[in-house]
Amino acid sequence: MTAFLLRRIALIVPTLFFVSVLIFGLQQLLPGDPALAMAGEEQDPAVIAFLREKYHLDRPLPVRYALWIKGVAQGDFGESIRIKRPVKDLVLEKLPVTGELAGLAMFVALTIGVPAGILAAVKRDTVIDYGATMAALWGLSIPNFWLGILLILIFSVTLGWLPASGFVSPAESLKQNLLTLIMPAFVLGNAIAAVMMRHTRSAMLQVLDSDYVRTARAKGLSEWSVVLRHALRNALVPVVTLGALEFGALLSGAVLTEQVFTIPGFGKLIVDAVFNRDYAVVQGVVLCTAFAYILLNLFADIAYALVNPRLRT
Amino acid sequence: MILRRILTVAALLAACLPNAGAMAQTTLRIGLAEDPDVLDPTLARTYVGRIVFASLCDKLVDISPELDIVPQLATEWQWVDDNKGLVMKLRQGVKFQDGEPMDAAAVKFSLERHLTLPGSNRKAEISALRSVEIVDDHTVKLVLDKPFAPLLAQLSDRAGMIVSPKAAQAEGDKFGEHPVCAGPFKFTERVAQDRIVLDRFADYWNKDAIHFDRVTFLPIADSTVRLSNAQSGQLDLIERVAATDLDTVRKDTRLKLSSITSLAYNGITINTGNGERAKNPLGQDKRVREALELSIDRAALNQVVFNGEFAPGNQWEAPSTPWYVKSMAIPARDVAKAKALLAAVGTPHPSFTMMVPTNPETLRAAQVIQSMAAEAGFDIKIQATEFAASLDLAAKGDYEAYLIGWSGRTDPDGNIYIFVSCKGPPAINSGHYCDPDVDAELDAARTASTPEERMAHYAKVAAHTLDDRPIVYLWHQKWLYAMNAKLAGFKPYPDGLIRPQGIKMP
Amino acid sequence: MTAEPLDVSLIDIEPVEAPWQRTVRQLKKRRMAVAGLVVVLFFVALAILAPLISPYDPLATSWSAVRKPPSSLHPFGTDEIGRDVLARIIWGSRASLLAGVVSVSLALAVGVPVGLVSGYLGGVVDGILMRLIDAMLAIPFLILAIALAAFLGPSLLNAMIAIGISQTPIFTRLTRGQVLVVKHEEYIEAARAVGNPHYRIVLRHIFPNIVPPLLVQATLAAAAAIIAEASLSFLGLGQQPPDPSWGSMLNTAKNFISQAPWMALWPGLAIFLLVLSLNLFGDGLRDALDPRRG
Repeated sequence: MTAFLLRRIALIVPTLFFVSVLIFGLQQLLPGDPALAMAGEEQDPAVIAFLREKYHLDRPLPVRYALWIKGVAQGDFGESIRIKRPVKDLVLEKLPVTGELAGLAMFVALTIGVPAGILAAVKRDTVIDYGATMAALWGLSIPNFWLGILLILIFSVTLGWLPASGFVSPAESLKQNLLTLIMPAFVLGNAIAAVMMRHTRSAMLQVLDSDYVRTARAKGLSEWSVVLRHALRNALVPVVTLGALEFGALLSGAVLTEQVFTIPGFGKLIVDAVFNRDYAVVQGVVLCTAFAYILLNLFADIAYALVNPRLRT
Repeated sequence: MILRRILTVAALLAACLPNAGAMAQTTLRIGLAEDPDVLDPTLARTYVGRIVFASLCDKLVDISPELDIVPQLATEWQWVDDNKGLVMKLRQGVKFQDGEPMDAAAVKFSLERHLTLPGSNRKAEISALRSVEIVDDHTVKLVLDKPFAPLLAQLSDRAGMIVSPKAAQAEGDKFGEHPVCAGPFKFTERVAQDRIVLDRFADYWNKDAIHFDRVTFLPIADSTVRLSNAQSGQLDLIERVAATDLDTVRKDTRLKLSSITSLAYNGITINTGNGERAKNPLGQDKRVREALELSIDRAALNQVVFNGEFAPGNQWEAPSTPWYVKSMAIPARDVAKAKALLAAVGTPHPSFTMMVPTNPETLRAAQVIQSMAAEAGFDIKIQATEFAASLDLAAKGDYEAYLIGWSGRTDPDGNIYIFVSCKGPPAINSGHYCDPDVDAELDAARTASTPEERMAHYAKVAAHTLDDRPIVYLWHQKWLYAMNAKLAGFKPYPDGLIRPQGIKMP
Repeated sequence: MTAEPLDVSLIDIEPVEAPWQRTVRQLKKRRMAVAGLVVVLFFVALAILAPLISPYDPLATSWSAVRKPPSSLHPFGTDEIGRDVLARIIWGSRASLLAGVVSVSLALAVGVPVGLVSGYLGGVVDGILMRLIDAMLAIPFLILAIALAAFLGPSLLNAMIAIGISQTPIFTRLTRGQVLVVKHEEYIEAARAVGNPHYRIVLRHIFPNIVPPLLVQATLAAAAAIIAEASLSFLGLGQQPPDPSWGSMLNTAKNFISQAPWMALWPGLAIFLLVLSLNLFGDGLRDALDPRRG
């Protein structure tokens, strides 16, 4: 087990290295000169020269990479060229926002998806199953920005119940905070809910067919007791580990959701930074999220391996 | 008994509430179309940042809605030494937001900071300034190498913003994170892409004109979302309402509209001399460019893309400004003449690529232009390019036509010099247009002393450039504001800035 | 007594069914999957026959008919510069379907060979390739696609390339996984022992086994690619005007949501239907290919 763990942890380093090279390359090679983009409207050549010098834009690519990585190793992720603030500060500022959105979305996904999946599995091949499966498919197929626009049209513009955009921090007003996040969390969570529902359903189906459960049934336990006490426990493990892996999908979805609802989180930060050629921001944020994702993967693998020793190859 | 006590207390509290409302902080919430960049007047480079500065940093002079120069931190001024010196008397009793007094030394410090801080975006604006002399505690003399008429206009913008020397020296180039100036509101906090919060500066010299305790700027890029926030009351005032949303604003009784023609222009810049891609009929022959201009119906363009709300134009100044050359009016569409010109040149179906930044309104305009020009025989390909990438391509000359605008400056020099002068920065005069006669007139306009003389020179410039057409000017946007119907005292200015003085919510 | 010869004709031999025949039979039993396939084919027909069935030129602007609601003249209404929305929906199907096909084809063309090589060779090569794949997977899909699309420049083709590259890791992982499962089967060892060259083993013995899960994944990936293209267009990075694409139509429509809601309704609905049908078909295909079911 220890050998397995150590090996998995050791593998993080080359993966992160590749992530850093990948995102660095993708940013630095973007068309357009950031010095021009960041210089004033008058494009004063003196300012352009200054910016080139300050952000090492004239040095060769490998040198720039080395400078960046050296900084990262020391905890310095560089600064946003546009507003001249350290990337670290921006990340810490945005993290709670996207974190709250993602958390709420996950909550929505779990409270809708898991029970729906259980129900569909238990009532397999009935109308309930078909209905839930179709609903899940619908959730997966709807483009989430379209859903967002439709919801804004209905609940903000027409009914006026919910704010169309923006974000109020919970410190300022918890009620407002939740109101601003209801629609985005639903939009973001709905696709994940669909995925969770399908995973839960298939995991439950597998468990419900197993010998273990057949024995429980033979013992004369009621169907619901079988489901809740025996099947669910075993089915939840793959569901939870898969849920952790959906983190990546959450961040992808957050990009569009935050754009549609104007929520100042990671997603919006990255999209704006790509268009503004604010390299350090994109590189820093992607590196952090990739690291988090890799860690989550690691935990998921460990959990899986703990449950199923055969998978420790 | 206890119940009665509780009810009494509750009644008292309830009675207090309206009063509590009167004591409560009044906040003006303004929706911006973009997130400003760094809030340091020396380093700032975005238009939207200037809107924040209007509440944060006062400047030596300001402009009136009619574009006259009016006093702000300076109360009077006089040109001396053959217009090579500008003596300015400063207002007495002005304090910076950190309590320090504003005096001649602070003005000298600020102007020198604009000139010398590495990366300063103001240097090019006031490069004519050689030195700043302190005459006495409240008088400075700006010394120039040669007369420079646009100087006062420059001092009415960021180059004239005076910052607290103490704070600036303490923070260095991090000053933008906690700026300290002499404006009506002082900096409280900023959350990137979320909000900028400024609180009332109690010792502001013009405090009677300020009726809010707090100003909050909220950047919301999407114009539809910005508008819905105004409609739902979450914002009191928004800028840059989309032209196509104006009907919605007019019909909504919660909102009212305010507008003014801006100093800005939009047009097609043509690569006439920068590299290989200038070597095509459009770039080489001015008759082809004339045909292009004649094929466009500016009024219809305005109607379709902007619901008729903007102002068509054919010069770098809008027809409504005093600097417009009245003898050269907007030409009407003439497809027949365009076709005849193209036939005379020998290229009845010229084809070129027009680079367009990926902005919804601009792209829409591009499609309309493409469609109109097609009727005269032009085959225009639209190349949608990200703005950042387009700047680079333009500077390198890797384009044929570029649909781009300019946010506009108070002084006409700022709207024409760098664009057509041989000495213009390559990233701005990206077509490398160069005509010594035009340069001579532009330079003369800078050193002339009266507006009439300057206008004569600009008329000569127009005679050349409107014939050569390195830029085909198309429209001047209007600054469109939607605000809470109860908001009073808002005055729109051609520079588009939101000045808090006089605005109140009764 | 003489033994009667065996009358072969009386013996009821079950005809051996080819795997693909079995799959088709299973598929036919699943009505939802069939419905999905029909809808997909409908959109394909729409795309191919666009020049014939579109009521108007999708690029034809009309200054007088700006943002008109649905009417008999324009069943889906008109857009912000007077173009017929129905025509643009029909022609826009080309962009969406191309996005699905091209992106997935690119992902398959790159991902499968890499997965085969990686799984078969193992060792250091496998290690390095897998770390690279892990790195690509660690970057959230849409962010990778945005960065790639911005890198290549805003156009439909570049968006498809960006999406295709972003989807490659999935196919690589899938292929490699299957190769690992099959690699140590006895018949593979036997084939090696007989002296078959590697490439023939991979092509003849390993590859056919991975086709079924690849097909399923490809269908589902096509659905994801279509949504991704719409997302990129929504952000301004995909199909550029004036050429129609459902995603860029949605991008424009969001500015007119209260004045001309029909501009947002039809493109969104079209994307939804196409993606739903692909998902239905893909699901049905997965069930049909599953030897345990039916």
